[in-house]
Amino acid sequence: MTNHPSTPAVQFNKVNRYFGEVKAVDEVDLEIRDGEFFAMLGPSGSGKTTCLRMIAGFDRPTGGSIYLYGQDVSNLPPYERSVNTVFQDYALFPHMNVGDNIAYGLMVKKVPKPERKKRVDEMLDLVQLKGFDSRKPSQLSGGQRQRVALARALINHPKVLLLDEPLGALDLKLRQQMQVELKAIQQRVGITFIFVTHDQEEAITMSDRIAVFNHGKIEQIGSPSEIYEKPATTFVAGFVGTSNLIGGELAKRLTGSDQTFSIRPEKIHVSTTEKTTTIDTITLDGVVRDVVYLGLYTRYLVEADGVDIVVIEQNLKTTSMDVVSAKGQKVRLSWHKDHISRIGA
Amino acid sequence: MLNKLSTYFYQRPRLVLFLFLAPPLLYMLVVYLGSLFLLLINSFYYIDDFSGLIIREFTLRTYAQIFSPANREIFARTATMAFFVTITSAIISFPLAYYIAKYASRRLKTWLLIGVTIPLWSSYLVRVYSWKLILAQEGILSYFINLFGLNGVLQWILSFESIGGSSLALSPLGMFIVFVYIWLPYMIIPVQTALERVPNSLVEAASDLGAKPLQTFRTVILPMAFPGVIAGSIFTFSLTLGDFIIPLAVGNSKFFIGQAVYSYQGTAGNIPLAAAMTMGPVVIMIIYLLIARRLGAFDAL
Repeated sequence: MTNHPSTPAVQFNKVNRYFGEVKAVDEVDLEIRDGEFFAMLGPSGSGKTTCLRMIAGFDRPTGGSIYLYGQDVSNLPPYERSVNTVFQDYALFPHMNVGDNIAYGLMVKKVPKPERKKRVDEMLDLVQLKGFDSRKPSQLSGGQRQRVALARALINHPKVLLLDEPLGALDLKLRQQMQVELKAIQQRVGITFIFVTHDQEEAITMSDRIAVFNHGKIEQIGSPSEIYEKPATTFVAGFVGTSNLIGGELAKRLTGSDQTFSIRPEKIHVSTTEKTTTIDTITLDGVVRDVVYLGLYTRYLVEADGVDIVVIEQNLKTTSMDVVSAKGQKVRLSWHKDHISRIGA
Repeated sequence: MLNKLSTYFYQRPRLVLFLFLAPPLLYMLVVYLGSLFLLLINSFYYIDDFSGLIIREFTLRTYAQIFSPANREIFARTATMAFFVTITSAIISFPLAYYIAKYASRRLKTWLLIGVTIPLWSSYLVRVYSWKLILAQEGILSYFINLFGLNGVLQWILSFESIGGSSLALSPLGMFIVFVYIWLPYMIIPVQTALERVPNSLVEAASDLGAKPLQTFRTVILPMAFPGVIAGSIFTFSLTLGDFIIPLAVGNSKFFIGQAVYSYQGTAGNIPLAAAMTMGPVVIMIIYLLIARRLGAFDAL
């Protein structure tokens, strides 16, 4: 997907959005490629939703421009943009049945009734809700409403589909199922999906690329593995997954540089015996402060040189309990030198 | 002791319910429905034309009287007025209610709602008579109309038999203005409440799906706020139907239902006819409420 030659689906050019004194979006530059499944990830108040709302046209930038396939849409009302949105609360019209909800976009564009009917049926097929057209939204479950909202947006063949925390209101099982389904639907219809989420796991599972937002700025844009393996800032390292940040004297001793480094808990091995180490291995001695058994894995909190380090060890052997089980035990941590990454590298 | 009493009641929830509900229910039955029932009974009596005494015999002749051409005209006149007052109130209320519900900041919203309801805290009579002064020939409204050189227009409007008169203060048009002013808050509040419950995301969704502002209004906002409009119209319609002060103070000598009832039960001493005439609006309102319930108006009260 790198160096895609075509025009970007969405482009932000130094976009600002102020609410009074608050800079909700602060000089954001962004390029979302055609056909991409793109995630805007960040905590609440980080500006991700405001960015989405500006693409939809519900909000206008205070400064800068937004382009949709090369066209400046910064000042176009929502009804003149070929962008559709799946709302967080689904925003289904309660006074219309499912069929009329899905057909709404075609109805306001005065598409003839038979054509509308045909396309509604296609959409109901796509989201697996055949035969639900005469139900009212209030008679549907959360997951079904979600599908109706999706169908209502997709029936207009938008160039870009926006999804605002699309799975936030669903329970875990349904969420995981919808993650897979959304991805499949996106590949079938082949349009650009942009979705906003605060759930890093969801962003990693579903998207081609992720933009991590914090305080109205983008901290990092990259593929899920880039974001996870090479976090650009300490914020990204902490927000996406768990990270051990090592800096100062300890970093200098371990790596020769006193900049800040990040190492993921699962990359570290913990052992009581002094294993023979290769030249590529970095080791660190510490004391176990806490052990939490979590079924699939065990989490250790080890204090080394006054720094708390979280280690996750998969419970591959039933005997792994034997390895370290006592608090206060002296242990040796070790990891491959490629697994520690310098922040911003 | 007190503890024992609490336990006693705790174990008998039905008794508690009865003790709480009995007084208001009794009041409701005796005072409200009882008086209405007496009204109904009286409407089936008649007055002896010669002696002027009420004859307590079941008859439909009083009801026949209310279908006399003169009385039919009173009903038609009152219902027409109530209809136009309701429609106009709804049209005026909507933008204001929409602004209060969707755009006004919390602070401004409080102030606007106080502004809407504050007239209700002052005497209704004072407000009606103030309007009489405003609308009078030498009143402030005429002053401004003259200032803008529109007196010709006013005179032209007043020259229409059905709405005009010698001055605004003595015309059905003036009466209509006062009715709309007096009952407007009763329309604004339910409409605003209904609009308050339309989530902003629905308006955004309509716009997102390609609906232009007018289409959004027609297909989403209006249908969803309609129960509120119906709820408000119950007030404006029934209050106009029964009012007798405004037609008395403002307007010409042509009677409205309220006035007719007032004069029949007062100077004429014809309680049966007054009762029968009152049953008219009661029946109209019962039909209206049944329709309103079908349209879901009571969800917005």
